[in-house]
Amino acid sequence: MLMKSPKTEAAIGLTMSRLEALEKASGAAAFTEDMTLPGMLHGALVLSPHAHARILGYDLSRALALPGVKAVITGAEIGRRYMGLVVKDETALAVDKVRYIGEPVAAVAAIDVATARAAAALVEVEYEPLPAVFTIEEAIAEGAPILHEDFASYFKIYDASTCRLPNELTRSEIILGDVAKGFAECDVVVERVYETAAQNHIYMEPCAALAAVDGRGKVTVWSSTQSVFRTQANVHESLGIPMARIRSVVPRVGGGFGGKSEATVQPVAAALALKTGRPVRVVLSREEDMITMRARHPARMRVKTGARRDGTLVAREFEAWFDGGAYADDSPAVLNFAMFFAGGPYRFEHVRVEGHAIYTNKLRAGAFRGFGNPQATFASESQIDEIARELGMDPLELRLKNIVKPGDRWLGGQTLATSGLEACIDKVIDASRWRERHGSPLPAPAGKRRGLGLTLTAHVCGFLSTSAIVRLAEDGSVTLNTGAVDLGQGSDTVLSQMCAAGLGLGVDDVNFVAPDTDASPYNSGTNCSRVTYMVGRAVGEATQAVQAKMAKIAARILECPEDDVELLPGGLMGVAGSNRTVSFKEIAARSLWFADGGGPVIGSGSIMHNEPLDPKHTLLSGMVSFHNVGAFIFGAQVAEVEIDEVTGKVDIVEAWCAHDVGRAVNPGAVEGQIQGGFVQGAGYALSEEMLWKGGRLINPSLSDYKIPCALDVPYEIRSFVVEVPDPTHPFGAKGVGEPPLIGAGPVIANAIADAGFRVRRLPITPERMLRAMLNGEDGVDV
Amino acid sequence: MSDAVLVSLSINDEVRPVAIPIDRTLLDVLREDLRLTGAKRACEAGACGACNVLIDGHTARSCLTLAADLEGCAVRTIEGLAQDGVPSVVQQAFLDAGAIQCGFCMPGMIMSATELLADNPSPTIAEIRTGISGNLCRCSGYVKVIEAIALAARRLAPSRPMAAAS
Repeated sequence: MLMKSPKTEAAIGLTMSRLEALEKASGAAAFTEDMTLPGMLHGALVLSPHAHARILGYDLSRALALPGVKAVITGAEIGRRYMGLVVKDETALAVDKVRYIGEPVAAVAAIDVATARAAAALVEVEYEPLPAVFTIEEAIAEGAPILHEDFASYFKIYDASTCRLPNELTRSEIILGDVAKGFAECDVVVERVYETAAQNHIYMEPCAALAAVDGRGKVTVWSSTQSVFRTQANVHESLGIPMARIRSVVPRVGGGFGGKSEATVQPVAAALALKTGRPVRVVLSREEDMITMRARHPARMRVKTGARRDGTLVAREFEAWFDGGAYADDSPAVLNFAMFFAGGPYRFEHVRVEGHAIYTNKLRAGAFRGFGNPQATFASESQIDEIARELGMDPLELRLKNIVKPGDRWLGGQTLATSGLEACIDKVIDASRWRERHGSPLPAPAGKRRGLGLTLTAHVCGFLSTSAIVRLAEDGSVTLNTGAVDLGQGSDTVLSQMCAAGLGLGVDDVNFVAPDTDASPYNSGTNCSRVTYMVGRAVGEATQAVQAKMAKIAARILECPEDDVELLPGGLMGVAGSNRTVSFKEIAARSLWFADGGGPVIGSGSIMHNEPLDPKHTLLSGMVSFHNVGAFIFGAQVAEVEIDEVTGKVDIVEAWCAHDVGRAVNPGAVEGQIQGGFVQGAGYALSEEMLWKGGRLINPSLSDYKIPCALDVPYEIRSFVVEVPDPTHPFGAKGVGEPPLIGAGPVIANAIADAGFRVRRLPITPERMLRAMLNGEDGVDV
Repeated sequence: MSDAVLVSLSINDEVRPVAIPIDRTLLDVLREDLRLTGAKRACEAGACGACNVLIDGHTARSCLTLAADLEGCAVRTIEGLAQDGVPSVVQQAFLDAGAIQCGFCMPGMIMSATELLADNPSPTIAEIRTGISGNLCRCSGYVKVIEAIALAARRLAPSRPMAAAS
């Protein structure tokens, strides 16, 4: 049992600047491209000009003849070594076939970037173009060209035997109750199609890796990654090097948002370093990054909802089609996660969800903040408003009547332990004065219309395994090592705060160790809003172990029973009910130098969330495991928008976002997540769309692909931090990284609908908005 | 290889002669030749502002600026804002407001904020938003960045009344 008290927990609930903030503000922070090594070469990629083609041969002679070129490597040379988290279908460089325009087929190492790029342009690859498929409809048509002829033989961590269509990589189903029976009982049924576009991560730092080989052939890879361990595994799988000879480390990371979860350019950098025997740095240009890395899945969702006249939601049917692009990446997991939230935070008695992920000859889609849930929640929450309208009910009242409560069971059968949902709703409803303002037209300037929208968000934080090690140093400070990468969201700071609180220390007494596969304990990755919750639990377990060991030593020094030892703030332990204390420094000295000290004090924690699903509650098929899903996190958002009736441009006037974080370890950082997530979601809702023509991405630049700037979003993004402590976390904390983004699409679409126009396709660009206003189109391409 | 010209380059108050190929950008000279890596390469097309520096007090995209043109100009980079190891008022305000997340856009953002406050010591929220509209940030949603700049303005001109919010 963790000894703790409000006094020892002073580091929790503290808004403090990030540990590395000064380094970042001064320009000293080293990101991967800021690093150099003696003798370092520069890498460049050769990209496929074809969407689908067989590779017939290579002519490297002109590239190799260019002065300054040290090596050229091809997929044929590396061979068929597959990598991937969910499906192993991808190689470091294309082998035999290319499957999208921009797929790396070869790579060059040269003395400088200009030479490497010039040489890459001289690499000649002979192709035999093959017919390609660019849409889900084309990909699943009878007789469609197949992207992965060997799909059946790929290693997978889910059941793909349910797939039936050409190019289908996942086909999953979730069944709760009997929807046919449910719809028969309904007075009102609404059925609509919703679509979302491919969003690019646009982490400000393009993908980069630096690899170097030592005398024993061990490769060290510094890279912009969300997980040093996934990077190590990807280099291992794609190059066939034993993990014992791969060290993966991480300098500062300039944002990830899911896009740096799996392999980027690390395998190529490592392969070039091994081939040349010199350090090689590979840094993508923005254009290359957008063409070759990954995107959020474009989705098409048919949603049907039925309710009784009194507003009781009864049945929901949800059919999702996710365009996975040329490689599976995280597609099955993303699709399944979307399906998990297809019912929203509502008490449907009958739910049927069917999901398909399909290969197409486009950029792979993968993990992106929200992991499928932004698509599902856009469709689900849009439809809740639509059925409220059919019922003639206020969308708030309809939601309040049907929301899940603690004790209710989710799809799969997991029981909700706590819920801050109602508290979140109260916050945004009060702050936006919803009850006074919603329902009658909002005042707006001439030529504009305004609307007020509401959405709820449901998500989970958790997944996969993680660990932490805490060591007591000789001066009574501690070293925390977790293997969790900070992408900028502030986890180094928050984990240090939790470690400090677990031992009654100040944050300055905690030495946070940068993740390093040579030294850090395993952590699957910085994904799924999971670090504060999952790694925080591991840190809690590790500090508890340290406490227990220290209490033993303290009891010996203080000559009292071990049970009487208590943790005090400021690096002290004492005898309960007395003023006798001993410092951590004395305890450390005893452990290190005295025969009865027991040796160095080290504590560790290993966590895997395990929540058995109930097959009698819900039928699941063709899915990845959801036994380790995690803790539920809820939120509510209200937005007010203004539509320009002449241009179709939509402005967000003000937004109110409330999210239950269990307990805010660093409230300022939580606000930053809410504001930043909402704005990234606002881009998804209003402007961001990757566009392909004949398989070619036509807007791979920050000029043609528009992310929000400071003028595109309001300053008035009101964040509300709701705290309903989670019983499974040592400090009650949960994640908040993804939910603020998830709500943005539906809350903006619902506000636009309140102003008179229901648009069912994101992004709601001025063009789509105008068409909706002029022609009554809903934006869905049919 | 393009022709090089010898330029007396003034960077952060230090003047040094540098042989610069005529087509070489200031960003490359800073990052590759002088190892001043604070200015970031994020788009190389002038769209994001991560490479912003001050040239004679005005922000410039170093990725679009040819270094050979800078004879006689005073270039200030993020590394040159602190005085005697003390962060500038603007830098400190970014720390105190919690505006920094991944930090990749921050050198450019802080340079834009520095110019903005030099030109307009008491900006409104609307003027701050306009002042940083050429700097893309993917983490913050800009709210705390705006707060940081407003905080810096108050600290730089404590006696001046802060203009009303937007």
